[in-house]
Amino acid sequence: MIAVMASLQNQIAQEPLGEYSWILTVIFYAFFFIFMFYGQRIQMYVMIREVEGSLYKLKYMKDEGRKIAIETIKEIGKPQTDPTGRVDRFLEYFTISPQSLDPAGVVWKLEHILDVRDVRFKDEVKLMAPSADETQINNLENTLEVASTLNFIYKVIRHFYLLGKKTLSLYVIMQIQMILPLIMREAEAYASALKAFSYGQPIGDGAGALVAAKIMHGYEIRKVPKDNVVASVPIEGRTVYVIKAEGPGGNVGKPGDAVKTIVDENEGKISTIIMIDAAMKLEGEEVGEVAEGIGAAIGGPGVDQFKIEESILKYHIPINAVIIKEDIGDNVSPMRKEIFDGVDKAIERIKQVILERTKEGDKVIIVGVGNSIGIGQ
Amino acid sequence: MWVMSRASSNAATRISSFVLMIIFLVLALSLTALILATTVFGPGKEVVAGYLLLIGFLGVALSTYVLFQTRRRILRLRIVAPSITTTIECKKCSFKSVREFQRGDYIFKEVEPCQKCSDKMLITAISREVKEKERVPP
Repeated sequence: MIAVMASLQNQIAQEPLGEYSWILTVIFYAFFFIFMFYGQRIQMYVMIREVEGSLYKLKYMKDEGRKIAIETIKEIGKPQTDPTGRVDRFLEYFTISPQSLDPAGVVWKLEHILDVRDVRFKDEVKLMAPSADETQINNLENTLEVASTLNFIYKVIRHFYLLGKKTLSLYVIMQIQMILPLIMREAEAYASALKAFSYGQPIGDGAGALVAAKIMHGYEIRKVPKDNVVASVPIEGRTVYVIKAEGPGGNVGKPGDAVKTIVDENEGKISTIIMIDAAMKLEGEEVGEVAEGIGAAIGGPGVDQFKIEESILKYHIPINAVIIKEDIGDNVSPMRKEIFDGVDKAIERIKQVILERTKEGDKVIIVGVGNSIGIGQ
Repeated sequence: MWVMSRASSNAATRISSFVLMIIFLVLALSLTALILATTVFGPGKEVVAGYLLLIGFLGVALSTYVLFQTRRRILRLRIVAPSITTTIECKKCSFKSVREFQRGDYIFKEVEPCQKCSDKMLITAISREVKEKERVPP
């Protein structure tokens, strides 16, 4: 625009009727000096506006999360007193990860911290919702955790927004503006998860648990540590131990402990372990696509992956992984039909792996990893 | 799942006076350029008038667009729960029925007896359908 105006100014100056050329000269110089001296500041204001717009959305999501959590507690838990104060306190809870300067034994320290956190959360929810049963307590805990995550995301973005405004530093505001689209996608996914958790609907993360549930359904089930169930299922002449987190409450259990229990019970005589989990798809890949690989398919803080790897290393047990691909938004929102269809494809793939990698009479462990919310067994 | 709805909100309607000032300045300058174009227009000055018209229209379009973009912030969000369906099946006669999700439903839950054979029915699926808008990539 400046170039066009400069040429226009020259043309008008050459014209006999160029008495208005001073206006264009003023405009030209005004634009030139504004962009020369305030270009970066204008860019920063544009970025601040962008972050501000997202901050309004995040505030709405955070408030909605708090509102849904309080409403659900009042509806299900039937508390004698108003739970608002307790919910607000819960939303501010934090967990300090253990010191890893000396990394030896840090996994066990982390596990202990997570156990303490889990017990504390459950106790808090029981106090907030005295009439809720075990399944409802798990679902309420998940709802509160989602509300807490939204609260945390909002506070971090607000921190950088205010810091950027205070320091007027382009680089402070730029670092948050650059990753904002990804953060917003995650926040929107959590906001969608609020209703799913409060209603107890199966979520995308439960794809692995659903695979295990479908295989073990109709067989005798027993509980194994911690918060897991196992069923012994005969498949093609093999004895298959199918493990999943106990449902239908929102629960991921401790698959690491469950695998260790079954491996120890069988004195390490396990031919192969097959783990099934939901995994993040790359853009362009189809939702519900099934892929196969090697390794412990499990997310989270890493404690269970460590335990499973320790167990298989001790007895040199081969480990296979089957994943069902999904978007970040699908992971915590109600299960999509494509993922549900992908579950049947994953079962077929598992049967194929069992036939190809083991022989009749062998023992196999199948671990369905994921949140068992809305999924029985 | 995220739907924009029209609603007034004090927090959301705040627009920076600096941004508004720039928008209105550009609008005023663009209008000046348009007026100038009509004054300059005459034999042999078509090029100059054309340039001024171009600048004027571009400026008006740009400032109006930015103004509308800023006003979009007034729109507020609300969460719309997606439609979740529960599929119930009879193991004996394979009778299948689909209904809206109800609180308390879970996969493999035994529900009301079958309408055909009065045997127990099971919830076999709880899912939501998403209509993809995106084009399939190459």
